Amino acid sequence: MAFIALTPHLQSHVDVDRREIVGATVREALDKLFAENPRLKSYLLEDNGAVRKHVAVFLNGESVKDRAKLTDPLPPDGEIFIMQALSGG
Amino acid sequence: MSDRIDLGTRKGFFSYQRDASGWKLTTQAFLGQHVPMLLNDGGTLYAAVELGHFGTKFHRSTDGGNTWEELAAPAYPPKPDDAPDVLDPWRNTPVPWTLEKIWSLESAGEPGHLWCGTIPGGLFRSNNHGESWELVRSLWDRPERAHWSGGGYDHPGIHSICVHPDDPDKIAVGISCAGVWLSDDGGETWAQGAHGMRYDFLPEEQGGADPEGQDPHRMVRCAAAPDRLWVQHHCGIYRSDDGARSWTEIKGVSPSAFGFAVVVHPKDPDTAWFVPARKDEFRYPVDGKFVVTRTRDGGKSFETLSHGLPPAPAFDLAYRHGLDIDPTGERLAVGSTTGSLWISEDQGDTWQHLSAHLPPIYCVRFA
Repeated sequence: MAFIALTPHLQSHVDVDRREIVGATVREALDKLFAENPRLKSYLLEDNGAVRKHVAVFLNGESVKDRAKLTDPLPPDGEIFIMQALSGG
Repeated sequence: MSDRIDLGTRKGFFSYQRDASGWKLTTQAFLGQHVPMLLNDGGTLYAAVELGHFGTKFHRSTDGGNTWEELAAPAYPPKPDDAPDVLDPWRNTPVPWTLEKIWSLESAGEPGHLWCGTIPGGLFRSNNHGESWELVRSLWDRPERAHWSGGGYDHPGIHSICVHPDDPDKIAVGISCAGVWLSDDGGETWAQGAHGMRYDFLPEEQGGADPEGQDPHRMVRCAAAPDRLWVQHHCGIYRSDDGARSWTEIKGVSPSAFGFAVVVHPKDPDTAWFVPARKDEFRYPVDGKFVVTRTRDGGKSFETLSHGLPPAPAFDLAYRHGLDIDPTGERLAVGSTTGSLWISEDQGDTWQHLSAHLPPIYCVRFA
């Protein structure tokens, strides 16, 4: 069973609790989440679909390899964690 | 006269209002967030909110800024497979089809009809109070975009949208660095208008007078005489008397012709104000004296206005949207990079210091 959780910083803008998620790839799983919460998409991805420069997407503790299209396969026990990089001032 | 000033700052939205006892801070929102651009369109407020990690967001308020709702920000469509990559001329890397910054917001002539200028150079239109936006492909797809470059930011951006007050289909758009683009048909077709502008550091044979590469820092149009526009350019001050189709440089401006901000009197096309700075790699007030300059004769002469503004050392700089004038032409407000806000109620003759402790101010707009 795969799960996704968002950094508390992001939760202050978009309310999404840790939850079960389904999909063959990270992007497929996220697309299901975006269908339920369209606003979330613009917080994580650029208009062209790439992960925002200062957003980090971890899969089972490691940064995803494909930040442009998020094609990393999502294993059945995958845990996606999304957090912000350090930026701004 | 306008009794309300809205501010977009590095750390939030602030509003000052005037009552019988003077100007007071009355409203604040988005504390801690960067608000680079605002618009008050007939009482409805729109704000661009830049989140450091999560991109540019777009909010609307119908109660004067007390409560806000988030709307979808203008978004670039997917790049069609057959659309060629436009390479940034400085780096030879593709200019992304992705919103980086909302850099200008203007009313488009009817309530709820809006223009939005962005970095990396796309112009957007909404006809439904910002509920949805459409990229103006007729400008975005111009082949000349291959020559556009960033000015201060990595990619080109639209910072000035001057709508003709009598015919809102006529618009002039200022782009850093892509000159001035003009449309007479509501954005269906476009023509370059930055003829006469030039860089003083770049020889003409190297493209120094090429309209496509010009960097007008800010462009404004006189409401009562719409064919008169003023530009604070990277290398000087320019005036147009033909609806932004050609430009004449104003020479001999003291203490400097460099700066970012300009406003024009809404009823008197010959009266305009600027906030000068030492050019162009320095960008601080000449001799550390923060002043405003004013011409009342179309640029033949300039007065230096300093009554109420700080003596040296003062390292305030006004960004391009940091100076505004109210619809009567009597009141001006200027906000600085070091968080000071001044207001004048006599066309700049005297200035009142409202705060020295605001966040860096990016956008000043009278309601």
